Amino acid sequence: MINYILHLADNALIYGHRLSEWCGHGPILEVDMALSNIALDNIGAARSLYQYAATIEGNGKTEDSYPYQRDVREFKNVLLVEMPNGDFADTIARSLFFDAYQFLFYTALQKSSDKQLASIAEKSLKEVTYHLRFSKEWTIRMGDGTEESKQKIQHAINELWSYTGEMFDASDVEKQMIETGIAPDIASLKPMWEQIISDTLEEATLSFPIQMQGAWFQKGGKTGVHTEYMGFLLAEMQYLQKSYPGLEW
Amino acid sequence: MSNNEWPLWEIFIRSKAGLDHKHVGSLHATDAQMAIEMARDVYTRRQEGISIWAVESINIHASNPDDAASFFDPMNDKVYRHPTFYDLPDELTHM
Repeated sequence: MINYILHLADNALIYGHRLSEWCGHGPILEVDMALSNIALDNIGAARSLYQYAATIEGNGKTEDSYPYQRDVREFKNVLLVEMPNGDFADTIARSLFFDAYQFLFYTALQKSSDKQLASIAEKSLKEVTYHLRFSKEWTIRMGDGTEESKQKIQHAINELWSYTGEMFDASDVEKQMIETGIAPDIASLKPMWEQIISDTLEEATLSFPIQMQGAWFQKGGKTGVHTEYMGFLLAEMQYLQKSYPGLEW
Repeated sequence: MSNNEWPLWEIFIRSKAGLDHKHVGSLHATDAQMAIEMARDVYTRRQEGISIWAVESINIHASNPDDAASFFDPMNDKVYRHPTFYDLPDELTHM
């Protein structure tokens, strides 16, 4: 159970952390604030989940124990969310893929047999509905924009495509949770996810990268096998707590 | 307007049902939809509102400050235009 909650929390935290890296670097002020808002929504969802994990585990754990005191192999987020921000198109493509997933996932998680997870899902769903609207909107604007923006967003979609399969590929932890009715069956979300993505790409006059059925994809994050990017991300995120353990503002 | 600049929009927010939309500031956006979405992120992140209006700034026409003397000053000495200028009979309690 705790490993499952941490997987969900890590997804939200690492995604939120990546988006927070845009703070102060957004292409324009308004988008800078939008990305920061979305980052905070995700970090907020992660906090709720880490708090829940801490109450289950006990042992003096707090919500901060998990983000700051674990090593890279103990993080169980999908590889997609640790992908670097790249340019704005790369960030939007990653957001589109993950927001669409989160939207379907939280919708389904509302029916979890675990009341706490169901209520976190309900709260997060409102936020994610807006995140998805934002990433869809920008995908369409770039795809249906200039030659340059179209080429960039298509490139980003193609590049990140191989990281999308992992979201629907249940790990052993997830399989157990699906059996007990705590977790939704993520594989069943895949056709709906593909529909959201293909509708968006069509409206954006972009092409759907490859046939997804049976396509090869990157995976490992769910079992703690991360890309080289993850170590750098954690180094920055955990630096303060590792140098000055227990430091508070 | 230069070609690289997105148009400027004025944003109006209604904070509660029943109140009117108030001007809160401005932002740059390429069209009305983007202006409203950006206003959501820039101006309503602390629960400031429940409704947003966006008006492209070039559509706002303003009075000229140079006209202030003739427009507004003459009202200075016309206190009789305020209802409080008049003495009311004591019997009228709910004014």
